[in-house]
Amino acid sequence: MADMNRISAAQRFHAYANPARFMALSARLLAPLWGLSLLVVGAGLWFALFDSPPDYQQGETVRIMYVHVPAAWLAMFGYSVMAVASAAGLVFRHPLSDLCAKSAAPIGAAFTFLALLTGSLWGKPMWGTWWEWDARMTSVLILFFLYLGYIALWATIEEPARAARAAAVLALVGAINIPIIRYSVVWWNTLHQPASVFRMDGPTIAPAMLLPLALMGIGLTLLFVALLLVRMRAEVMRRRVRNLRLAQAASAGEA
Amino acid sequence: MAEFFHMGGYAFFVWSSYAAAFLVVAALVWQSVADYRRQVRLAEELEKAAGGRVRRPSRAESGEKP
Repeated sequence: MADMNRISAAQRFHAYANPARFMALSARLLAPLWGLSLLVVGAGLWFALFDSPPDYQQGETVRIMYVHVPAAWLAMFGYSVMAVASAAGLVFRHPLSDLCAKSAAPIGAAFTFLALLTGSLWGKPMWGTWWEWDARMTSVLILFFLYLGYIALWATIEEPARAARAAAVLALVGAINIPIIRYSVVWWNTLHQPASVFRMDGPTIAPAMLLPLALMGIGLTLLFVALLLVRMRAEVMRRRVRNLRLAQAASAGEA
Repeated sequence: MAEFFHMGGYAFFVWSSYAAAFLVVAALVWQSVADYRRQVRLAEELEKAAGGRVRRPSRAESGEKP
């Protein structure tokens, strides 16, 4: 008897209580998140465009860094969120973790695209080429295709639970690419420059450039979280719509 | 002011980067919010159409004790 009660409580926890609690919590978090990200990105843009020096080698093109580096960081962050949520989904079978992984993918893909595009726009004036098949650029291009494959997999498999599992396996296999991207500039002789912010021996970038970079990074990360929450809320509602349609079809079948 | 827009001769590369970033972020925000609103509207319509006829699974089916 007591056991049965515990099972039903666990079922309710999975099927109802948690998405409901998530909806309540995310609704409260969203407005401050949008506001804060707008504020921090706005401050970042001010310093990036008006109140930071040109680089002694790269001149004004260094301002491309303030969108390129945060975009690249979010490209990797998005994939990490996706991989961790996928692993949690496989192990704990928690419906929200599948939705989190699914929701992170298009945001990560968009920032990966932005990193590639702004990298190209920076490469042309500084390296003399739009594109080079060096290890950093190639591994980020692979990251972009992994995102697209992941999104396509979700779109092709009808049954959500099966789609979640297949997509999770793909996300985890592709996660090997993340350390490859990170260390590509160390392991291979790349045209791309090595890390200058997240280093063991501390940042080597000038403080006047670190400030706008940090503001843009933090602001866009807040924006990423806000977007993730909105997309997860949309997924919860999509699941609700699906269940309502299934219930409708079932009751139509009974009549 | 003209000097600012000139970006030391790199205007095309710098401003294209910022414009692309703005467009991508704006598209993401717009699409995400629009999709959320659409799903909410669909759910409301379905719930109204069901008019309370959506049968909750009986306690026996869900394995829930009264």
